[in-house]
Amino acid sequence: LKVIIRTLMVLLNHPDFILMPLYDGARVVVSRSFADFTPQASFDIKKCDVHRLEEGPPLKAELTREQGLQYYRIMQTVRRMELKADQLYKQKIIRGFCHLYDGQEACAAGIEAAINPSDHLITAYRAHGYTYTRGVSVKEILAELTGRKGGVAKGKGGSMHMYAPRFYGGNGIVGAQVPLGAGIALACQYQGNDQVCVTLYGDGAANQGQLFESFNMAALWKLPCIFICENNQYGMGTSMERASASTDYYKRGDFVPGIRVDGMDVLCVREATKFAADHCRSGKGPIIMELQTYRYHGHSMSDPGVSYRTREEIQEVRSKSDPISMLKERMLSNNMASIEEFKEIDVAIRKEVEDAAQFATSDPEPPLEELCNHIFHNNPPLEVRGTNPWVTLKSVS
Amino acid sequence: TFRVTVRDALNQAMDEELERDERVFLLGEEVAQYDGAYKVSRGLWKKYGDKRIIDTPITEMGFAGIAVGAAMAGLRPICEFMTFNFSMQAIDQVINSAAKTYYMSAGQQSVPIVFRGPNGASAGVAAQHSQCFAAWYGHCPGLKVVSPWSAEDAKGLLKSAIRDDNPVVFLENELMYGVPFEMSEESQSKDFTIPIGKAKVERQGNHITLVTHSRYVSHCLDAAAVLAKEGIECEVINLRTIRPLDVESIETSVMKTNHLVTVEGGWPQYGVGAEICARIMEGPAFNYLDAPVTRVTGVDIPMPYAKILEDNSVPQIKDVIFSVKKTLNV
Repeated sequence: LKVIIRTLMVLLNHPDFILMPLYDGARVVVSRSFADFTPQASFDIKKCDVHRLEEGPPLKAELTREQGLQYYRIMQTVRRMELKADQLYKQKIIRGFCHLYDGQEACAAGIEAAINPSDHLITAYRAHGYTYTRGVSVKEILAELTGRKGGVAKGKGGSMHMYAPRFYGGNGIVGAQVPLGAGIALACQYQGNDQVCVTLYGDGAANQGQLFESFNMAALWKLPCIFICENNQYGMGTSMERASASTDYYKRGDFVPGIRVDGMDVLCVREATKFAADHCRSGKGPIIMELQTYRYHGHSMSDPGVSYRTREEIQEVRSKSDPISMLKERMLSNNMASIEEFKEIDVAIRKEVEDAAQFATSDPEPPLEELCNHIFHNNPPLEVRGTNPWVTLKSVS
Repeated sequence: TFRVTVRDALNQAMDEELERDERVFLLGEEVAQYDGAYKVSRGLWKKYGDKRIIDTPITEMGFAGIAVGAAMAGLRPICEFMTFNFSMQAIDQVINSAAKTYYMSAGQQSVPIVFRGPNGASAGVAAQHSQCFAAWYGHCPGLKVVSPWSAEDAKGLLKSAIRDDNPVVFLENELMYGVPFEMSEESQSKDFTIPIGKAKVERQGNHITLVTHSRYVSHCLDAAAVLAKEGIECEVINLRTIRPLDVESIETSVMKTNHLVTVEGGWPQYGVGAEICARIMEGPAFNYLDAPVTRVTGVDIPMPYAKILEDNSVPQIKDVIFSVKKTLNV
């Protein structure tokens, strides 16, 4: 009996096992993964408009149960992390700029699902989602937002300046990241490593001159660069119609082929990104993707986000096109997962974010000794003038 | 010894570094097939080809950003600005994308890049093509700013700049490109470098210190030769690096001579000379000064075109001589 009980305890504690009641009050332990769940399904995805291309991404996407749960987990984590940041900002624990990504999760999740960890990615300042998908923990992201030494940039970067291997931030100057991304793609081509660089920008940045300079050089030299316009319809408080003479952002590359993608559907984003990556890897040069998406928050935490758009509009997107709900409904209606499973994932994420916030609020700020460090790389220590001539500070690499 | 022009010394430096490290490459306008607007990159495209020597369109902000991105992803670009006047179009990439990134990322992301090109006044190119950017770039933490004078300076400092893992702004001077200098035996070694951040005493003297950089080192040495005939011995210090500034070398000299004159081509307000004055006042050398520091600078105007006006817009040898005598009260 002891053996039976011990075995049962082991099984009961395993996350994949649930107890299912059977007839006559007897209980049998079953494995979740070979229950009635559909292991894989095919979904129709919206057709992408194309520019200078014979054909676009496929109209169907395959999704396995594992993938679905993973995408759900990723998007929900980003969602809850951003909402936690909102909370912390209102409590004045996060200060300065804070540009939140909730509503756009399908973009970050879909792109990451389509590229390799060895590929490269760079984006602008609405970067927390990508920082997560590129491998930084919620804990290190929130601690960076709260300016603590446990932050991914030791508290020295803040919201717009988070980095990871193959993730080049987080960039504060609108549009400046686009030539940088083309340069990263040049390095990939130069090194012959078959990698691509995903270079993101917004509908606001789409009018920047340096973008067109980048498109020109990328096309001229056939750089493996996927330029992605995350069109969330507003550049700060200015709608795209008020800022752009042409709002067909996927066509703005002129001689650079483009596709327009439903950015609220993680599968659509994934398929389009795969298509784009194949295009680049086959040596055809750059390609532009316009992801039609939406942000629930205002431009930043200083912007309530309702002076230039209606609450009805925001609510409509939330109810009809929320990326997380859409994925969840797809999986539920195809019996790929259960409501309980999603609830469990939500609970686990809530805890992860809560723990991260706990860390982010309790971790100490960086020590003052850190102030002048990281000016130069591989450099002998140097002296830095302080605020007055009697203060000389030390800087190490 | 070897008689080499500054242009050829720069060419040698780039050639050697391109050969030594395959991650090094050069990009800019006309650097490849045209052999360089000022022929500094002559022969390099023929030797290294399209992959390593890249002609860009006339899009400074774009190609400077591309160069910075390439540096972030593991290459070691040399980004040429045809003149530093055009770097103003790209200055956001130099400062915000290159200089600040190592700090913002707390040491995770380094940017090993060199921005080089001619800086300052030329001959008859007028206001938009004659500005000196030493003070502009010298202001910014995260950058190293180098200003060579001689052929040996040019070669040794450019090699150091290319090997440095940080963003370096390398300010050349068009009027110096064709000037030949004797180069030492050791400068012919492929591993010859000159450390960034150390000034050089080009001429020893006891009566007064002249601190200068780039083309004006020649002016100071010429002035010193004239003054020597009148019994005034000038110590001429070639800064070689604008940032980090070698204040110690200046202080050591001033504590010996008790008099200081700075000479530069740039405008006076908030310039290199102004910074030297401030630093001298904050350090031990102040108590050794027998007279206030004198700054000899470019005239505080946009550069005019007519030769007589242009000649009178930048320091001449007679201005240095005059300022030395005024400072010494002779």
